[in-house]
Amino acid sequence: MSDNEALFKYTLRLGDTSLILAQRLCEWTGHGPFLEEDLALTNIALDIFGRGKSMLEYAAKLEGKGRTEDDLAFFRNDREYFNALITEQPNGDYAKTIIRQALIDCFDLLFYTELAKSKDVTLSGIAQKSIKEITYHKRHSFSWVNRFGNGTEESLTRLQNGLNDIWSYTGELFEMTEVDTLLIKKGIAVDLSVLKPLWEKEINQLLVKANLVLPESLYMHSGSRNGLHSEHLSYILAEMQSIPRMHPTAKW
Amino acid sequence: MNNDSQGPLWEVFLQKKAGQPFVHCGNLHAYDKEMALQNARDLYTRRNEGMSIWVVPSSAIVASSPEDMGSFFEPANDKIYRHPTFYQIPDGVGHM
Repeated sequence: MSDNEALFKYTLRLGDTSLILAQRLCEWTGHGPFLEEDLALTNIALDIFGRGKSMLEYAAKLEGKGRTEDDLAFFRNDREYFNALITEQPNGDYAKTIIRQALIDCFDLLFYTELAKSKDVTLSGIAQKSIKEITYHKRHSFSWVNRFGNGTEESLTRLQNGLNDIWSYTGELFEMTEVDTLLIKKGIAVDLSVLKPLWEKEINQLLVKANLVLPESLYMHSGSRNGLHSEHLSYILAEMQSIPRMHPTAKW
Repeated sequence: MNNDSQGPLWEVFLQKKAGQPFVHCGNLHAYDKEMALQNARDLYTRRNEGMSIWVVPSSAIVASSPEDMGSFFEPANDKIYRHPTFYQIPDGVGHM
């Protein structure tokens, strides 16, 4: 694999992960628990869309086949998508959405803080811009986890159920392939094995504060690094891609 | 707490720049201080409207009532000597 090809795949993975998470979060638009929170989450989704757009733009450029970021977003099938499985999981209730977001925000802040030191100037540029946004996202999701965990019996139960549903998708966040190995050597990619203990420590502290316990099963899902997804992704893509596919020449 | 509750009301004040007064800009619903601050940030500062935020529970604000208008404010009307309109303001002072 050439360096350029590896960098393309790496950037695509980051772009897809942001795009699909943002698309999922946007399902809450107009359905949030109350107006202020509806706006807060939509605002966060918009930040994540922005990051996804920058990544896919760069990926399209690296690929050099004349495709745009829109082509990449709207004209690839599920097997050509490399978003982390956790991002495509259904939102569930608000507690599940929030715990998923907290797990991802914690990972993202660690990840993009490291990526900001990348030798690839485009990736480090996007990362530097993202750090401030993610810092706020994490403050938002962590405060909601604390609130649910220390709220009522029902809010704690829902939060715990959400964690039980989503936990087995967190292991994959730290999976590395030959793409990572190659780019780590070049000082471009982030070594995920270094992040893992830091993430675990922070998440454990959060869970204790919120009266949560980790699910007993150690099983972790895997597959997205090779384009293998849960059934949920196809439904997301069907909704997201239907209009551009029906009217491929439409402009706005 | 009933299911429709959006939490208590908070008043939001924004400061545009350091040193300037905090100006009331609206209100919002939130269940606690941190949520009120975050909601204020998301609702009122997305377009660089401010550099600093105060949120205050609406219930903590003591307001005059319309019935008080006469006794509170009208006595000032016939005491024009309280308004500094008789003084010459040197040009160098500018706006006062």
